[in-house]
Amino acid sequence: MSRLQILATEAEHAVEAGVTGGFWVDTAGIMLVLPLVAFLLILAVGKRMKYHGAEIAIGALAINSLWGTVLFVMNMTEGVLAQKTFEIARIGSDLVFELGWAVDGLSIMMYFLVNVVGLIVFIYAVGYMKDDIRVDWFFAAFSLFAGSMLILVGAPNLIQLIIGWEGVGLASYFLIGFYWEDMANVNAGNKAFMVNKIADVGLILGAIILGLAIGTFDFFDMSTAAFDHSEPLGAVAVVGGALLFFGAMGKSAQFPLHIWLPDAMAGPTPVSALMHAATMVTAGVYLMGRVFPLFEYLASDVRPWMVAIGAITLFAIGLLALVADDIKKVLAYSTVSQLGYMMTAMAAGGYTAGLFHLFTHAFFKALLFLGAGAVIHAVHSNNMSDMGGLRKAMPRTYWTFVVGSLSLAGILPLAGFWSKDEILVALGMEGYTAVMWIGIAGAFVTAFYMTRAVALTFHGDYKGHGHPHEAPAIMTVPLVALAIPSILFGFFNVPGWEIPGIGNFSEWLAVRVVPMGDEHSEAIDLVLAGSGLFAALLGIALGWMVWGKDRATQAERDRFEVPALYPLLRNKYYVDDLADGITAGTMGPVARFVNWVNDYVIDSIVNGAAFLTKSLGSFVYGVVDQRGVDGVVHGLGAGADGAGSALRKLQTGRIQQYAAGFVGGALALIVLFVFVI
Amino acid sequence: MLLNQFLILAAAMFSLGIYGLLVRRNIVLILLSVELMLAAVNINLIAFEAVLRTSEAIGQVFAVFVITVAAAEVGIGLAIVLMIFRNRKSANVDELDLMRW
Repeated sequence: MSRLQILATEAEHAVEAGVTGGFWVDTAGIMLVLPLVAFLLILAVGKRMKYHGAEIAIGALAINSLWGTVLFVMNMTEGVLAQKTFEIARIGSDLVFELGWAVDGLSIMMYFLVNVVGLIVFIYAVGYMKDDIRVDWFFAAFSLFAGSMLILVGAPNLIQLIIGWEGVGLASYFLIGFYWEDMANVNAGNKAFMVNKIADVGLILGAIILGLAIGTFDFFDMSTAAFDHSEPLGAVAVVGGALLFFGAMGKSAQFPLHIWLPDAMAGPTPVSALMHAATMVTAGVYLMGRVFPLFEYLASDVRPWMVAIGAITLFAIGLLALVADDIKKVLAYSTVSQLGYMMTAMAAGGYTAGLFHLFTHAFFKALLFLGAGAVIHAVHSNNMSDMGGLRKAMPRTYWTFVVGSLSLAGILPLAGFWSKDEILVALGMEGYTAVMWIGIAGAFVTAFYMTRAVALTFHGDYKGHGHPHEAPAIMTVPLVALAIPSILFGFFNVPGWEIPGIGNFSEWLAVRVVPMGDEHSEAIDLVLAGSGLFAALLGIALGWMVWGKDRATQAERDRFEVPALYPLLRNKYYVDDLADGITAGTMGPVARFVNWVNDYVIDSIVNGAAFLTKSLGSFVYGVVDQRGVDGVVHGLGAGADGAGSALRKLQTGRIQQYAAGFVGGALALIVLFVFVI
Repeated sequence: MLLNQFLILAAAMFSLGIYGLLVRRNIVLILLSVELMLAAVNINLIAFEAVLRTSEAIGQVFAVFVITVAAAEVGIGLAIVLMIFRNRKSANVDELDLMRW
């Protein structure tokens, strides 16, 4: 641990790590294991329990939250930097495969986030999934996700990260296709899995290239090597870094691989909240944070491309939220857009900015999804054209949803404002001025579509069926529990200000092995903050003008249509169609060839094998069994029969023949005794 | 020594018995032939006893046994012959081949 300590104190912004061991650090691995134990337990006994295994899942995450919170507070006050690994296998002489857990500023933030938001969402899910089908499987798969996510964020090396990465992908596939009776949901799960798989190829190739170049997969070693401008790492940094980014694009839904995330809304709403908004989709951003020194010191050539992709994602995909009718799709496009913000910041070099937005976004986006879930629960429809006027029936949901929306839109004292401002500042300081203005435009779009969502859902007249009621307390209490951090957590990182005694988010995140080279403003940039806030307020005002008044039909509500743009948005920029076309065009012939191979080659082999087996069987039956074994048995029988037939002739019943035989025998014996012996 | 004459007599009687046993068709005569053979054996036993004079008189004892057995045998044999004759009106052994396969 001494090496880590030295590096930590050398670092530019790094806070000296006061804690490098001790009970909480040494036992942090329990967080990685507990949800997986819960997964197996729920599968085994979940069906027989009162809440179908939710008790186990919540219990595991409650214990985890204790660790997450304690570590978070320890990191605030003293700084925690440690790593525990166990060697699992050795490849050759120096390439080691290890499992374990890293405890530094970045992973502690994620431990806290995944466990606390996870716990809140799990509790909410008890209410949401009540009376639903397969509740035990739901909580089992959800626990599998939590465990895999913690393995991912706690990974001390790329290999363990990939294990967790695939684990969350699998859980995501399970839960998107949770209602598998409907083929559309199954297709959504397949789409998510396949798009992610395409990106995973990049991640795995990048990991292999980088790992083999420096002989280790360890993140701390890799960061140190990058910081030292290591020669072998430098040679592959651009290729490896680009491949890792490609992997991150899949999981974090960056354009054009974002197409799976809106479809992933087919899963139950708590899944959308925790996995497809708060945590799983941020894994790509987290990965960028883990390998940040690689881009900072060696692969900076990749950065403009990454920034471009992030900028397209944050603006263009955000626009799609303006035309979606499904409230969860609105939030999904919003998530993609916000992931674009994070990725842009990470790509541009704003390490703290990107991760701070990840942190605040997790709370308010989970809040928005849970609010949407409460509404869907009440009106039994995902479509905003079936909603409207719900603010009177569902006041607690309404107010928490408004808090989440304002936070997402970036209104002044709320969390979203501070993190979005941080990103804009970072983009400005790193010299991406044009992208900074795209970010401000994105803030306008964000406010615009969130106003639309709030107006169409909660204002105007109710257009659905039945009488919607407020959700039960088990669902509204989590909403309030998420609304509080959505309001307050922005103050963790106010530029130029520290919370007395415990510092600020930048410092907590700065507990790491090497400096990340990102710059922090010493005071609030009033012009930039004002521009962002102005854009957001303009978005709200304009949104309210367009959608504030109630209208009878969907067509009227969509009257705000820019003629050229609207069809483009409705068709999602044709990216989905393009992906389908590419898939059908390239995969179609391949699939047909594979089908041909299957029909003619493999089937012939199978049929041939079957024929051979059948012939062998006939041979064994006809020759070995019928003739061989049966022949012996029948032969014995026939022999006994024949001998009996022959011998019974001796039994004539004539006394004198017997007597003659007797006399003959006696004479023979006399001859034998007298003349032979 | 008188033994040889007795042995010759016994052998002649035994051979006559065998001849009768194998040749006669009447079942009563066959039984009589068997008696003749038994008597020949008895002559042998007595003749050897007369020469050897064993202390326990084994030859005479055996002869008495043989006479007893012969009497019992003829008793049962004649009873069976009687029953057969009653049922079949015949004492010809050629017709008595019931006890066969």
